[in-house]
Amino acid sequence: MTSSIALKPNADAQYVLRLADTCLVWSHRLAEWCGHAPVLEEDIALANHALDLLGQARALLTRAGQLEGQGQDRQYSEDQLAYLRDERDFVNVTLAELPNGTNGRGDFAFTVLRNFVLSSWALLMWQHLAPSRDAELAAIAGKAVKEARYHREHAADWVIRLGDGTEESALRMQAALDRLWPYTNELFDSDEVDRAAAASGLGPDGASLREAWLADMQTVLSEARLPLPPKSAYRSEARCGRHSEHMGRLLAEMQVLQRSHPGGRW
Amino acid sequence: MTRETLPSPGQGRDGEGSGSLRPQATGSAGAEWPLWEVFVRSKAGLDHKHCGSLHAPDAKAAIQLAREVYTRRQEGTSIWVVRSDQIVASDPGDKDMYFDPMVDKVYRHPTFYELPESVNHM
Repeated sequence: MTSSIALKPNADAQYVLRLADTCLVWSHRLAEWCGHAPVLEEDIALANHALDLLGQARALLTRAGQLEGQGQDRQYSEDQLAYLRDERDFVNVTLAELPNGTNGRGDFAFTVLRNFVLSSWALLMWQHLAPSRDAELAAIAGKAVKEARYHREHAADWVIRLGDGTEESALRMQAALDRLWPYTNELFDSDEVDRAAAASGLGPDGASLREAWLADMQTVLSEARLPLPPKSAYRSEARCGRHSEHMGRLLAEMQVLQRSHPGGRW
Repeated sequence: MTRETLPSPGQGRDGEGSGSLRPQATGSAGAEWPLWEVFVRSKAGLDHKHCGSLHAPDAKAAIQLAREVYTRRQEGTSIWVVRSDQIVASDPGDKDMYFDPMVDKVYRHPTFYELPESVNHM
């Protein structure tokens, strides 16, 4: 087994890494649908979405590696960052790592709702990253914003179709919404990393996106006839390295090949 | 493949539905999404070309799914979709009378003209 790498991320690297890990882990969950989605056409759509996110994650991980390696005698690559970090060093939001369903079965309602919640947030994030002082990050955002706009629209259409669909589909959507809603708080948490990024012009403080995001939720969820769950005091903290119990298994699957066959190529 | 019944917006909330909870929907033929024919234009100035078909619940979803299925390798700049049941086709049984009479009409091809050199791109 290849030993893990340990990071000493500065605030800039940590900020980019959070975004990178969210894209990577969300991509992994979507990829789990490949071959299992309810209809063939949507199967391909979910896989396309997963690949878009993976592309974003690759560019962001590369940039995070460069920022993290500044002033050090080594620089980690995207592959090293994805495959050789331990769970505590991943800093994605918890919502991205939650399983697609419960008891090992994929829940399409949960999947499309998460896609909507996260892609609405990601769209705002990319829009605010376009004028970043980091030219690399600004360029990544410029490309990703088009992808996110489509992801959000496709997911929103599903939310409306299933929320305002049959009695059964509405029940499943409401259950999924109630389950994921408490995890949305984390998207808008703000710590010294976010504040430093906002102050230096690297990117927005997550908290500043909440209002626009909530407005998007209200518009689409009301069209879907899904009542917004009450505000929750629950705080998940994966973006600080404290993950849900699902993250370990996700990483085991994602990392096993590189860990067992270091540097393996085919 | 078996397709589950997936609902359309508004369905079942306006008194049409039976009100009973359906268990896991079973894909009966009648409840399947309709079939759509997909036409993609590869670049500006060219025709939309038929490239296949797919199932989708409505026109907007058909466009999105066509984008997913048929343009993910940069094949397109524009998409048309049309319900397959809206296409009127010639009867294969009429093939003899419709198309065979053209076999020996070579004079309908412009092969017997000599083009002046100045005419390009014919």
